[in-house]
Amino acid sequence: MPTVCRRERRSRLMELCQVCGKNPATVHYTEIENNQMTEMHLCEECARKQGGALKAPFTWQELLAGLADLDLAPKAPPDTDEKCSQCGMTYSQFRERARLGCPHCYQSFHAGLEQLLGRIHGSTHHTGKVPSLPAGEVDDRRGELRRLRSDLARAVEEEAFEEAARLRDRIRQLQAEEAQK
Amino acid sequence: MRLDDLIKSPGEWLQGSGPQSPIVISSRCRLARNLSDFPFSHWADESQRAAVAEGITLAAHGVGQLADALEVDLDAIEELDRLLLVERHLISPEQADGPGGRRVIIGEREMLSLMVNEEDHLRIQCLTSGFAVTDVWRLANTLDDELGATLDFAYSSEWGYLTACPTNVGTGMRASAMLHLPALVMSRQINKVIQAIGKLGLVARGLFGEGTQPSGNFFQISNQITLGQSEDAVIGGLESVVRQIVGHEKTAREMLLRQKQAQTEDRVFRAAGLLRHARIISSQETIDLLSDLRLGVDLGLIEDVSPAAVNELFILTQPAHLQKLCGKPLEPAERDIRRADIIRQRLADGR
Repeated sequence: MPTVCRRERRSRLMELCQVCGKNPATVHYTEIENNQMTEMHLCEECARKQGGALKAPFTWQELLAGLADLDLAPKAPPDTDEKCSQCGMTYSQFRERARLGCPHCYQSFHAGLEQLLGRIHGSTHHTGKVPSLPAGEVDDRRGELRRLRSDLARAVEEEAFEEAARLRDRIRQLQAEEAQK
Repeated sequence: MRLDDLIKSPGEWLQGSGPQSPIVISSRCRLARNLSDFPFSHWADESQRAAVAEGITLAAHGVGQLADALEVDLDAIEELDRLLLVERHLISPEQADGPGGRRVIIGEREMLSLMVNEEDHLRIQCLTSGFAVTDVWRLANTLDDELGATLDFAYSSEWGYLTACPTNVGTGMRASAMLHLPALVMSRQINKVIQAIGKLGLVARGLFGEGTQPSGNFFQISNQITLGQSEDAVIGGLESVVRQIVGHEKTAREMLLRQKQAQTEDRVFRAAGLLRHARIISSQETIDLLSDLRLGVDLGLIEDVSPAAVNELFILTQPAHLQKLCGKPLEPAERDIRRADIIRQRLADGR
């Protein structure tokens, strides 16, 4: 699917429309398709006629929706639309939006995603960075900070502002101690 | 630092310095991260997004590199200011139009920034001038470590860092270099380059990243794949491809000077003439002409203008910057006049 850009430049007097060859070309497009860049020079009228084909810039969402459709038709028939137990997003909602609902969706839609990831990245296994603090080795202060932060997030979410203020002060205090280490 | 202070100087990435700076304008690395306990920003409600923003902002307060950072609540500022941040590459166009809870935390010289509640809860960005993809990755990685010490990032040992869009899952890393390739475009070799990098898992985009078009001969080369390759492998690949493209561009520039000297000089000096004398100029024409002028500066044909001055004009002539400079909103026709004024002034000042 092409990515297309329309731009009207300084008029180039001698250039004629590539389609009709009669009128001066006043509309200039740059198009990238299959990693190939081409320029097109058209007159207003021919540009309008081609408008449909040239207008819409393609998005990741469209491409992903296409990929997901292609791969998952046999695996996820429409009557058994899977749903994420954590956030409630269904697989067809994911296909429409091309965005998952929450981190847990990766488990909920594991089978479908595995195929999709293979298509997108050519791999289904992470070989990059591992977070530097594995759960068992977290020192006390950092562990407490982590806990306080999720408590704070919950307090903000529940609009328990007094509680949130208290937690925030505690976090600031611990952070200051951390910084002095 | 206040938002209005930003406009006084271009960010670090437009300094026109750094390795290979005539051809590599800037290098960037961004890491996508999400908090494990919350739905992704687009699926979260207002209060969840607020909680995410609060948690990340507090974590940022504990990070030394962000000590004097500017925190901007994107919901509380004018659209024009959001556009200003997009033009400075501090937020993405999608974030500028997104729902509530959006923030950006901007570090010193705009090298480090945190986008909050963009497509992902957090995007860590490091941006600098010249060819320095390894450096920006290291800086972003350190910042990620510091934030990750107190934030619980969603991560699975199978699929790495979990992101809203499966195209970013794994490393969550997008590394890129912004290249100015006028000679490869003029000599019609750019197609070959774009085709070749596609086969290597890299992609060429326009000035403002995903969904934008190449213009003014600027190409942003970035990795496409985030799963199954380590960050170091991706950075290494990007580095070697960019080095080769830079080599081809240099050769093409030498050829231009040797075989098409009159045409090249004509193009450069026409651009300089238009920029120095035009009274009405559109933003697209400005980018095209500045690209030609920049080539002239790099080739030593234009000696009274510095690379930094040309770079500064690229950003100051963008619509939001222009309107901020003039201190009021302007209609497009009025903008074209003011843009021409500013270009004439700056080029008359020399350097």
